[in-house]
Amino acid sequence: MCGNEALAEAAIIAGCDAYFGYPITPQNEITAYMSRRMAEEGRVFVQSESELAAINMVFGASATGKRAMTSSSSPGISLMQEGISYLAGAELPAVVVNVMRGGPGLGNIAPSQADYFQATRGGGHGDYRTIVFGPSTVQEVADCMQLAFDLADQYRMTAVVLADGFLGQMMEPVVLEKKPGRKLPPKDWALTGAKARPQNIVRSLWLPEGSLEELNHKLQAKYDRVQADEVVCEQYDTEDADVVVVAYGVAARIARSAVNKARHEGIRAGLIRPITLWPFPTEQISMAADELRIFLTVEMSNGQMVEDVKLAVNGKAPVLFHGRPGGGVPTVEEILERIRQLSIPRRVRTA
Amino acid sequence: MTADNSCEEVVIAGFGGQGIMLAGKLLAQAAMKAGKEVTYMPSYGAEVRGGTANCMVVIADEPIASPLVARADSLIAMNKASLNKFGARLKPGGLLVLNSSLIDTEPQIDESVEILAVPADGIAVELKSPRSANMVALGAYLQRRGSLGPEAAAQALPDVLAKRYHKTLSANIEALRRGGEFAEKDM
Repeated sequence: MCGNEALAEAAIIAGCDAYFGYPITPQNEITAYMSRRMAEEGRVFVQSESELAAINMVFGASATGKRAMTSSSSPGISLMQEGISYLAGAELPAVVVNVMRGGPGLGNIAPSQADYFQATRGGGHGDYRTIVFGPSTVQEVADCMQLAFDLADQYRMTAVVLADGFLGQMMEPVVLEKKPGRKLPPKDWALTGAKARPQNIVRSLWLPEGSLEELNHKLQAKYDRVQADEVVCEQYDTEDADVVVVAYGVAARIARSAVNKARHEGIRAGLIRPITLWPFPTEQISMAADELRIFLTVEMSNGQMVEDVKLAVNGKAPVLFHGRPGGGVPTVEEILERIRQLSIPRRVRTA
Repeated sequence: MTADNSCEEVVIAGFGGQGIMLAGKLLAQAAMKAGKEVTYMPSYGAEVRGGTANCMVVIADEPIASPLVARADSLIAMNKASLNKFGARLKPGGLLVLNSSLIDTEPQIDESVEILAVPADGIAVELKSPRSANMVALGAYLQRRGSLGPEAAAQALPDVLAKRYHKTLSANIEALRRGGEFAEKDM
């Protein structure tokens, strides 16, 4: 199964009630798979007339309390940003999958990680966040779908699954199974017909003086809870590492190969792999920076997550960057060479 | 995969319509069924019949970190263009399976590389299944390298071949075997 198909089936297993989407490479397999499987399941599939329509259909379906999702790739996700901001303002849960491709503009169809800023900073207008996953294997892509739907419902937020062209297209063994979900609060805010209860209102327009400021404080308190409780991050061989590579997604797989090879050469290298990109593993990286070590952030961009790494390290250690933008993919050799160079000063220091 | 090497990185390349992706998926599926860790990565998006197509398959005993093959243990080159493109990526001592029906020039390649020239299209035409050249080449590769063998691919073929092509199963399995026999004789 390719990553896109595994993701789609995992969404169905996670209880996705409605899928809305508009085709774009490299995520077309999601739309194609959903068009067949959602019909078989008797659930909702709509190929919308545009990405803008798709995200607003998600808004509508979510307002009725149903689990709704859309998927697209970078240019299409840009078109959806207004809708994602409205979802935040209305506190509606949603799952958005971005199988990133090279940008800016229409760019190309090669894998990329250049939408990190857009995803982790909200993306649209206003003061809001989305929960962002940066899975690294086809299995993890599938696994994070269930969590994305659960967290979206629990916090009434948009959860973004940030994959890339490689993860969408590559195949590897995957086990798809229903896992016990979280215990979730009832959706007593949903628009289900107001018989025998007061009317519910779902809106993102808050005109009375002070009401929007109050909403923003409420949202911020919620984001603080997410930051405190929902960070997921893997540490690999970091304990004694002189050089700590920080990478996510496909870049992290390549970095892991480089770390393994560096260890083979006797270089103490490790990898910190954020699985949630927001909330970012700030604390984990900050703690790692208490030891004397050098950080190397590897991304398929000109350097976006590296800013979060620097904020986390907060001047305690050098943070360097290696990236390939515009659909370029770093090689194991490139990263290994950087690790070799960075490990030299430490060797001199300890000598 | 050789005894001293627990990871085999393979590139399969040719032009669109030669069944490059199918050959790669089949190799990956057979390896998965044999309990191996495996990744399959296609070139994607702009592929059309007659254009270039390639895929990368990594087979290992350990979880696979990178699905990208920068340096290949083996290359199955189905036409000249892909030999030119990927030949230099072969590791010293690697294996080049080349489709000698379409590649008539001597490959400019590291001396340590083992070359297995298989007339894949010729054998496929003999079998009256001209589109099975991919299976002939894969069969030859599997006979020469790795622990799987052409029979493992034959058993995995129904999993990866679209149902509407299942009437070609026996012809394709025969092609896998003939490729294997060719490689065996060519030792």
